[in-house]
Amino acid sequence: MATTAVTPEREHYLNQQYGIRSWLLTTDHKRIALLYLISITFFFFIGGFFALLIRLELLTPMGDLVQADTYNKLFTMHGQIMIFFFLIPSIPAVLGNFLVPLMIGAKDLAFPRVNLLSWYLYIIAGGLYLHCLLTGGVDTGWTFYTPFSTAFSNTKVIEAGLAIFIVGFSSILTGLNFVVTIHRMRAPGLTWSRLPLFIWSHYATSIIMLLGTPVLAITLVLVVLERAFHLGIFDPKLGGDPLLFQHLFWFYSHPAVYIMILPSMGVVSEIVTCFSRKRVFGYAFVAMASIMIAVIGFLVWAHHMFVAGISLYSALVFSFLSYLVAVPSAIKVFNWTATMYKGSVRFTTPMLYALGFIGLFTMGGLTGLFLAALGIDVHVTDTYFVVAHFHYIMVGGAVMGYLGGMHYWWPKISGRMYPEFLGKIAAVTVFVGFNLTFFPQFILGYLGMPRRYWQYPPEFQVLNVFSTAGATVLAVGYVLPMVYFLWSMRYGAVATDNPWAASGLEWKTTSPPPTFNFDETPEVTWEAYDYANIPAPEEVPVGR
Amino acid sequence: MADSTVGVESHDPALRHHFATREQQREASSLGMWLFLGTEIMFFGGMFCAYLIYRYWYYNEFAAGSRSISIKWGTINTIVLICSSLTVALSVRAAQMGKRKLVLLLLSLTMLFGVAFLGIKGIEWYEKFQEHHVPGQSFDASDIVREYPQIHINQQHEQIYFSLYFAMTGLHALHMIIGLGIFLYLTFHTWKGTYTPEYYTPLEIGGLYWHFVDIVWIYLYPLLYLIDRKPLG
Amino acid sequence: MFDNFPLWPARASAGAANVDALYIFLVVLSVFMCIAIFAVIIFFGIKFRRRPGVRAEQIEGSNVLEIGWSIIPFFVFLFIFGWGSFIYFQERTPPRDSREVYVVAKQWMWKLQHEEGPREINELHVPTGEDVKLILTSQDVIHSFYVPAFRIKQDVLPGRYTTVWFRATKPGTYHLFCAEYCGTNHSGMIGDIVVMDPANYAAWLGGAPSVPLADSGQKLFTQMGCSTCHRSDTQGRGPNLVGLFGKPVALEDGRTVTADENYIRQCILNSRGQTVKGFPPIMPVFQGLLSEEQVNELVAYIKALGALQPAKTTTASAADSAEAKVQ
Repeated sequence: MATTAVTPEREHYLNQQYGIRSWLLTTDHKRIALLYLISITFFFFIGGFFALLIRLELLTPMGDLVQADTYNKLFTMHGQIMIFFFLIPSIPAVLGNFLVPLMIGAKDLAFPRVNLLSWYLYIIAGGLYLHCLLTGGVDTGWTFYTPFSTAFSNTKVIEAGLAIFIVGFSSILTGLNFVVTIHRMRAPGLTWSRLPLFIWSHYATSIIMLLGTPVLAITLVLVVLERAFHLGIFDPKLGGDPLLFQHLFWFYSHPAVYIMILPSMGVVSEIVTCFSRKRVFGYAFVAMASIMIAVIGFLVWAHHMFVAGISLYSALVFSFLSYLVAVPSAIKVFNWTATMYKGSVRFTTPMLYALGFIGLFTMGGLTGLFLAALGIDVHVTDTYFVVAHFHYIMVGGAVMGYLGGMHYWWPKISGRMYPEFLGKIAAVTVFVGFNLTFFPQFILGYLGMPRRYWQYPPEFQVLNVFSTAGATVLAVGYVLPMVYFLWSMRYGAVATDNPWAASGLEWKTTSPPPTFNFDETPEVTWEAYDYANIPAPEEVPVGR
Repeated sequence: MADSTVGVESHDPALRHHFATREQQREASSLGMWLFLGTEIMFFGGMFCAYLIYRYWYYNEFAAGSRSISIKWGTINTIVLICSSLTVALSVRAAQMGKRKLVLLLLSLTMLFGVAFLGIKGIEWYEKFQEHHVPGQSFDASDIVREYPQIHINQQHEQIYFSLYFAMTGLHALHMIIGLGIFLYLTFHTWKGTYTPEYYTPLEIGGLYWHFVDIVWIYLYPLLYLIDRKPLG
Repeated sequence: MFDNFPLWPARASAGAANVDALYIFLVVLSVFMCIAIFAVIIFFGIKFRRRPGVRAEQIEGSNVLEIGWSIIPFFVFLFIFGWGSFIYFQERTPPRDSREVYVVAKQWMWKLQHEEGPREINELHVPTGEDVKLILTSQDVIHSFYVPAFRIKQDVLPGRYTTVWFRATKPGTYHLFCAEYCGTNHSGMIGDIVVMDPANYAAWLGGAPSVPLADSGQKLFTQMGCSTCHRSDTQGRGPNLVGLFGKPVALEDGRTVTADENYIRQCILNSRGQTVKGFPPIMPVFQGLLSEEQVNELVAYIKALGALQPAKTTTASAADSAEAKVQ
């Protein structure tokens, strides 16, 4: 348990300065990471609350909990909040901000003030979105399809669009910071081929953030202008084309899903290597796979439009490319599995989350094969099959990766250990609750239940009830870590510098690190995941 | 890059603490601005994409619309912007040579050109407003229809041309205004003496931004003003 | 298929079984891959669990394995791609001589009209064994016509026609869903597809008094004054529409397009920008003056004109240039 130190507490980034100004005007990447942590957790619970309301409504076939318009707002805002205000920032803004400089031996990101600006843009956008939510909300679906969003919806489309526009710039600036930092601020001796895979995946993610997000930004600008001034760019009644909107929208929104998954994959690489005590199998292939996903990910967007009215030949091209992008993801799954071969495997909480990720991402990814098959997609697109598919990847994948990373690096971030037993319980609860919630939805989708339905034919009820039951279990699994992380900040075991005996520069400094990260700039002479030369964990004390 | 400066108070006020050397800081700033400009290309790119598609579909209306905007003002504005890029480039050179007063003069000229550009843009927009070519409820392109009886102008398509005209020039003008703000900041700091021949990175990267805004205009000008300027048959 | 716990909807069209075949293949493949990977992970996790004194063996990787597990999945994916594309190609190629039904979607209902005339709301009666092609458009926002039992879905767009086809095989009543979010009552925009064997269908068809769609179109054609300019000789100020449907048309701006449903519809609503070469732009703009159903009637009539009489003239003269262009 916690000990009250006899000697004065060592100075680190958390206690170096106290007071609200020292937090709100900080340029320390670690403090900014925590600012983001609080903000995105807040939005996660709002988005999660909406999800619970949706699942409660869907317990019965009739629309009886909320009105149809309210339901339409619930799924729209659940999607927008979870994607733009939770998932896209999550790992990069919290773990990435905290760890990128540490992992490369730098004192901060390249542009600390731009980093703070990024957070303020997030807060301004979040505030605007909350205002939108509280004054009527938006009901266009997170996808804003025209002409419904530009000419028919009676809700606050412009406000929501502007909020998302602003949070997009938060994302762009984070990506910009990471790319410059990784290029220019690596410690002496830290060549590209010695970088942790977490850095590779954040690099790939940042490329997507930089190239893709601006296209969403301009698309939202055009939607806002069209709605405000009755232009006709996307309205067929005025000579425009609704499909143009879809192309522009999906050109960002498909790569966006890779923004959401690549950082998680980076986390999984770190965790699996540490708890197998081995270098990752096929380091170069895993690193290159991240880059390939980022590149090919820009070429597949119209697989969201197979029944939208595109030509047969376009559909063929995009289906083929969609299969191509599945290959590097498959490579990663195989490589992580092979990493465990002849390893020394420990099933700690982070490892449970990482293994859960691999399992659920595999399932979600395999269902992507269904969706990329044109003949199948015609039947299952716009049904619960798609809903299940993306939740497997984004929740079963990305969120589990995020939670795994939070547990893994919690000692470094807070200087405390979380309670391991509760951690394992929460991981299992999340895994079970998740599958119970979303697996039935694959079946529902193939049976024909469309998505975004407030009421549905009675034969779909049984599976919906299972799904809602799972959601309540999942909710418990999410609340638990919040509670015990907070608890651990005061009562958790004090952590050592390297409680997991992991490789990586971040573990060579104290837990928590000092404000400037390292007492001396490290000089790197070893390859990544140098587990051959790191003492095994039983030789290292975990907590004092 | 072996020197560690942690714990040693840097004597160089322009070197931020997380950089090891001035060189590293300058390279990082430069790379950062180039990447940002890359995002701006993608930002404008979305609209250019919409423009290209509609121009392909509605060529006649785009050509007619293009002929209805003032090539005089457009060309003057192009020259104004190119001159402003020249003064920007010269100001960076002057900063390299430590000529503070010259830098101040050149920066002021740049801003003057920028304001002139915006003023002329305002005149052009007002002309369009008077001619009822502003998209929306009061849009009326019947004058263009009458002007080209042989090519059957579709007013809805014409409105799309003007929607894109205003959106693209508007977005560009917004970037110009932001650029003016940046240059006010740079002028202020030049006046205060912040920049030296050893440290003028903000001028350099501010200049990069201005050049980018200029280049966007170099694309906008032919795309909007010069469609099919040969006499219609 | 399990009646109490179905995994797929009823198969009521000729194409449904093809889609299900690929689906079942993918399910089997996925289950196999999941079991394989999970089993290996669990096996490795247990066999190589941490034991005191036993260190991990640092293995770099294996190029052979990497190439292997890149190439093999890629070829499997290629196979799936090919199969899926084949099905899609069939789904998107309506057979010639399909019976046609015009569908107008609006917030929040489906309006359907058979060629023979009967109109239906939120219900579509079709016979088994016949190819049925739907010609769909929306009055307002994007909707999507989805019949799970037929495994078909097609987005319905405002401003243009899209098409989808099927051949029903099993009598019964099946769900029709709107599958593209369209506002407040999106989930209420549902209906029934009633599949009947040919005898019952003929009875149903005969039971409802109705005017064939093309005939309504002809009446409207005269009523709206179209016949004043679009005469079936060379004297009209507009092109002769007889035999036009499906043929290439040379436009004023130099392009050549095919006179399909979308082209005809566009011309009716606002022909500016795609007038036929050699004709002045004097056709009135009918957008806002005609409902989608009325446009459908006119389109059906003009399509029928192609079938009624051969439209070729062999003599070419200056005055005939219009007619020659239309052909």
